[in-house]
Amino acid sequence: MTINPELQGRSYPSNEIYSVGRESIRDFARAVKAGNSAHFDVAAARELGHADLVAPPTYAIIVAQRADALLINDPDSGIDFTRVVHAEQRFTHHRAIVAGDELVAELHVDGVRGMGGGAMITTRAEISTVAGESVATTVSAILVRGEGQ
Amino acid sequence: MTKSALNIADLSVGTEIGTRTIEITRADLVKYAGASGDFNPIHWNERFAREVELPGVIAHGMFTMGAAVQLVTDWAGDPSAVVSYGTRFTKPVPVADLDGEPGAVVEVTGVVGALDSDARTARIDLTVTLEGQKVLVKAQALVRMA
Repeated sequence: MTINPELQGRSYPSNEIYSVGRESIRDFARAVKAGNSAHFDVAAARELGHADLVAPPTYAIIVAQRADALLINDPDSGIDFTRVVHAEQRFTHHRAIVAGDELVAELHVDGVRGMGGGAMITTRAEISTVAGESVATTVSAILVRGEGQ
Repeated sequence: MTKSALNIADLSVGTEIGTRTIEITRADLVKYAGASGDFNPIHWNERFAREVELPGVIAHGMFTMGAAVQLVTDWAGDPSAVVSYGTRFTKPVPVADLDGEPGAVVEVTGVVGALDSDARTARIDLTVTLEGQKVLVKAQALVRMA
């Protein structure tokens, strides 16, 4: 399979709302071995000035990867997900993600570059609340390995 | 956006913020898969991982990235003080199946890489290694300070 070079510049609008729950924040925090009480204890989070439990710094990847899946699973993209390797990741937080947030993401394909038999694809997810408040911007580079790579 | 209780005036470039050891078991990868929704079988299925020419089951890059930044959030006090965080993934972290014993041990150290007294931010540079080899490159977190 070859990567569709016309992916660059394409956007995928958000097709679902991600509801951030307390248990989801707790599970994610445990999974990355985070110990900060603001991820687990509502009173501790409020003491720091947050409305509810605060998500760890990489939590937005859940929403970003759901958006990435729109591209990876698009039959027109030519991407074999079993050959995808994560090459680079960046998060920019415009405000903290807290339990109770209702998030949507718009995915932008910012770059497609051939690499041997494979390709490096750069995507950007603009994550906001359903009300339109900007929450985070995530940028991912994924390497789709060609045969023998 | 909240900021760390630490004062930028008390920091200088090169100051170490600490170290952290991350012991990783196969169960940790299953837990991360469930919590993140990333069920790619290369992170839990040995046979599948080898079929796609990997050395075996490897940790999610995002697991390593997410666990490494805990050094910064513990230091900063408020997790939301981390206003940006990025890295490149250069080497996979294979996690051996050792019946609940750690199948990989990753070491994290953090130093103050840059200070911006106007923006009141500190850039923390993380060194993240597996058996002495860097697995994350240019792992940097920007922290908002008091």
